[in-house]
Amino acid sequence: MSNTNGGTKRLALISSRGTLDWAYPPFILASAAGAMGWEVAIFFTFYGLPLLKKDLDASVTPAGNPAMPMKMPFGPEGFQSINWNIPNVISNNVPGFDSIATNLMKQTFKKKGVASIEELRDMCIEMDDIRLIGCQMTMDVFGFTKDEFVDECEIGGAATFLEYAADSDVSLFV
Amino acid sequence: MTEHEINQTLDCTGLLCPMPIVKTSKFIKGMQVGETLQMISTDPGSKPDIEAWARQTGHELLSSVDEGSQFQFVIKKTH
Repeated sequence: MSNTNGGTKRLALISSRGTLDWAYPPFILASAAGAMGWEVAIFFTFYGLPLLKKDLDASVTPAGNPAMPMKMPFGPEGFQSINWNIPNVISNNVPGFDSIATNLMKQTFKKKGVASIEELRDMCIEMDDIRLIGCQMTMDVFGFTKDEFVDECEIGGAATFLEYAADSDVSLFV
Repeated sequence: MTEHEINQTLDCTGLLCPMPIVKTSKFIKGMQVGETLQMISTDPGSKPDIEAWARQTGHELLSSVDEGSQFQFVIKKTH
């Protein structure tokens, strides 16, 4: 495969999910590609769009995520490696459970040396060749305005993304 | 250790993907062409990643030392 972009490789990503777990893949791939000198565009659409908000508030829910490990970020190593099997009746119904799960995931990630979504996004913004494109249609549907998003993003639609993707080497839908 | 002369050192210990290559790429931008960078990491995934990064960017991976719990890479800035 080759594009018409003078040898620089291009990555085109669609980010369609804004939970904490699903926010990672597009920002990890984009920053890694940027580090390798590639050009990148991420199209944030549907539930991915809030990842462009100035104040990120991505959370994660164990509900409907049966493969999600529930681990404690503190205590002895043996304790930390326990995968807590929380019954659905608790994880789906106890108020505040999602915020507990979100905080546990954030602390575990931090402790293991994984960058936060904010850090990864900032690194993408710092890189010259990474475009962050917000979906206009999603903004209209959910009532977002451009001033809620980071200044470095642009707004576009399906054709904006497709034009970029048509000339890219790798295209992924996340 | 390595026999290559080292001009700069970057510590990426404790960091997971994609930070070692993101930090390496950022750091090497501030170096002179021909200079060498020693990057130290603890993430086993950084070994195949720094090799792929070097192939993609064209910077030269002069050496790669696996000490079990720590990895040491020497990279020459080529452009």
